[in-house]
Amino acid sequence: MFYREAGQFKKTYAADMAVFPILQDRIGLGIILFIAAVVIPLTGSTFFISSVMIPFLVFSLAAMGLNIVTGYTGLISLGSAAFMGVGAFACFKLTTSFPNVNILVWILASGFFSAVIGALFAIPSLRIKGFYLAVATLAAQFFLEWCFVRIPWLYNYSASGAIQVPQRTLFGHIITGANATPTTRYLVLLAIVVFMTWIASNILHGRVGRTFMAVRDMDIAAELMGIRLLPAKLTAFALSSFYCGVAGAVMVTLWYTGGEASDLFNIRQSFYILFMVIIGGLGSLLGCFLGSALLNIVPLVLKYGLPSIGIAIASETAEHINHLLVGALIIFILIVEPHGMARLWQITKQKLRTWPFPY
Amino acid sequence: MKRNLTLSALLAATALTMAAPVQAQDSVYVPLLTYRTGPFSGSGVHIANGMRDYLEMLNQRDGGIGGAKIVIEECETGYDTKKGVECYESTKAKKPVMYNPYSTGITLQLIPKAAADKVPVLSMAYGLSAAADGTNFPWVFNPPATYWDGASVFIKHVAAKEGGLDKLKGKTIGLIHLDAPFGKEPIPVLEALAKKYEFNLKLYPVPAAQMQNQGSVWLSIRRDKVDWIYNQGWGAMNPTAVKEAVKNGFPMEKLVGVWWAGGDDDARAGEAGAKGYKTLNFHNTGAQFPVMQDILKHVVDKGLSQAKKEQVGENLYNRGVYNSMLIVEAVRNAQKLTGKKSVTGEDVRRGLETLNITEARLKEMGMEGFANPMKLSCTDHSGHNKVFVSQWDGSKYVKASDWMDPIKDVVRPLIEEEAKTFVGKDPGWPKRTEACDKAA
Repeated sequence: MFYREAGQFKKTYAADMAVFPILQDRIGLGIILFIAAVVIPLTGSTFFISSVMIPFLVFSLAAMGLNIVTGYTGLISLGSAAFMGVGAFACFKLTTSFPNVNILVWILASGFFSAVIGALFAIPSLRIKGFYLAVATLAAQFFLEWCFVRIPWLYNYSASGAIQVPQRTLFGHIITGANATPTTRYLVLLAIVVFMTWIASNILHGRVGRTFMAVRDMDIAAELMGIRLLPAKLTAFALSSFYCGVAGAVMVTLWYTGGEASDLFNIRQSFYILFMVIIGGLGSLLGCFLGSALLNIVPLVLKYGLPSIGIAIASETAEHINHLLVGALIIFILIVEPHGMARLWQITKQKLRTWPFPY
Repeated sequence: MKRNLTLSALLAATALTMAAPVQAQDSVYVPLLTYRTGPFSGSGVHIANGMRDYLEMLNQRDGGIGGAKIVIEECETGYDTKKGVECYESTKAKKPVMYNPYSTGITLQLIPKAAADKVPVLSMAYGLSAAADGTNFPWVFNPPATYWDGASVFIKHVAAKEGGLDKLKGKTIGLIHLDAPFGKEPIPVLEALAKKYEFNLKLYPVPAAQMQNQGSVWLSIRRDKVDWIYNQGWGAMNPTAVKEAVKNGFPMEKLVGVWWAGGDDDARAGEAGAKGYKTLNFHNTGAQFPVMQDILKHVVDKGLSQAKKEQVGENLYNRGVYNSMLIVEAVRNAQKLTGKKSVTGEDVRRGLETLNITEARLKEMGMEGFANPMKLSCTDHSGHNKVFVSQWDGSKYVKASDWMDPIKDVVRPLIEEEAKTFVGKDPGWPKRTEACDKAA
């Protein structure tokens, strides 16, 4: 009914293998992009754009990074916040050392620094798996966090130890610093996220992505089929760290105006991103967005949405409920739908395609 | 005389009632960024209660500030920077008169934003020390003293106990600090003073994850034969430091905490052995002051407070009261300067710059002996005001020294230099265009 595919014939191999083979999906994606790029900037309030949409997009990007290594390659990483930090500090150092280069170049370039560090910490992943690997990445988290606090060169020797991103422009518009409007920052961020998602989708649907999934499903079988495990795992970690790094760079440039590492890139942040990936759906790009939306938007609805429609709820009560809710949600999703919200959407879609006679 | 008073009171009352309908709309909106949840809530709850109760008391007793009702809204930050910025964004449209971020992380985020949105930030004795330079940071205030002032007062206290600044030579002074921007704040000043007075400075960083596990740190302190220790800690780090000091037999009267290391619960952790623990302070403890009695009468006894009766007068509760007093005095000052009742953030910034709390004003507020006179100016947003040392007597903090001036000739040049480097890196940092007011 809603998903009538009658009359949609695939005449070429490429059309059959497309990421969105159904016309309705393509229209839906177009509508979502239109809303994100036109409707929200025109109608959204400053609060909505700066406190709902920007964090949502930044964490979607970070979740995408973690999903590549955990969801697609099956290697648990607890260091995503630290890799975000590498990106953030790289971007800060680059833009303060070379202020004349466009900030957008540095945001994307900082991903490479993160990728190198990520690949370095991935070397043990060939020998160790599961929990042991998680512990190894935990070491990365602690070591890198220590570096951010202990190497004053990274924060340009400022007495407070915090970084402050200077004002930078893009085509004459101010996009970083306190004078940049939330709408400008949002649009730049949206463009980066859409571009990076497109790239990720292409990588993951191609040979590299299939290598990752083969390693995830059974690494010995993958090895027997001729996949070299070490390069595959290193690539996964590097790619994942690249995404995390860019997420960290946009976090300090386009969302915050700066910040301190122990505050932004701590272990709690790593777990927070892991929750997003688990709730959203392991091994799904859509899941990154769904998980990030759920963990970022539900607390805000509780805290600001309810009072604004007249249901009085004290700020700290909302916070307590939020903690309970997130915990309960993780348990609920792990029991009811271990594949996360992305899988729920898959099921719904399947039902809609066969509606009104779902089976 | 007595009749005169009654008469004038009557007159004032009639004037108030007559004026009331016209000014029913007058209000000032004060958002409070507080944390009653999260790992630091143990300290945050007391401060939040103190801040809220003083404002509530003024609403109950006087009907607000100068005829304008105070609209109080608490926003929960959980000491989390992300949530703090959310709170800022969500409340900024309601025309707040100022922000009290209550976390170094949130303060750092708000410093550039405040200038763009034209709302002053009052980071009372925390945040960025360099923000005391009003020329470069016109929208940020950190009275009554910065961390750098605090560290210099500690050195002065050590000198007083050792018998003079010249006796510092060759002594070993340790700084045990949280390994985060907040904890590292006093290092530049202590280094400058170590050079000047030729004492040895030893640093003992405690990573945030290791706050409750300081065994090895205290082992090194014992090995290094440290004479005095300055504790720049917060949250769970403080009770642990006190406990470890007791366990290691470190003389408690030589362990001095910054003002944030002065929670009653921090000292209680050391039980009987903690007697003698010192902390810097800029207000007194106890509930004997008239202002505290008014809070008890108008707020706590009416059930309008979340605080228990016995908590009123504890160190951190009183700190909240002191903070709110600064908010209210700045608003009152702004009302005087502009002649309006509903002042804006821009007016209150002017109110803060001309803030001058005299002995007479303290007495009027019922705070005689509670706080010391203080003064701000356009260039000096901290005031580098006097601080004293409190000492734990086993059940409460008591005043253990006179009010002492910070070593301003060392601190101030460092602040101006740091402010210049902080601002100099950013081409978009606005030049100060705000005019300077004469004191009201």
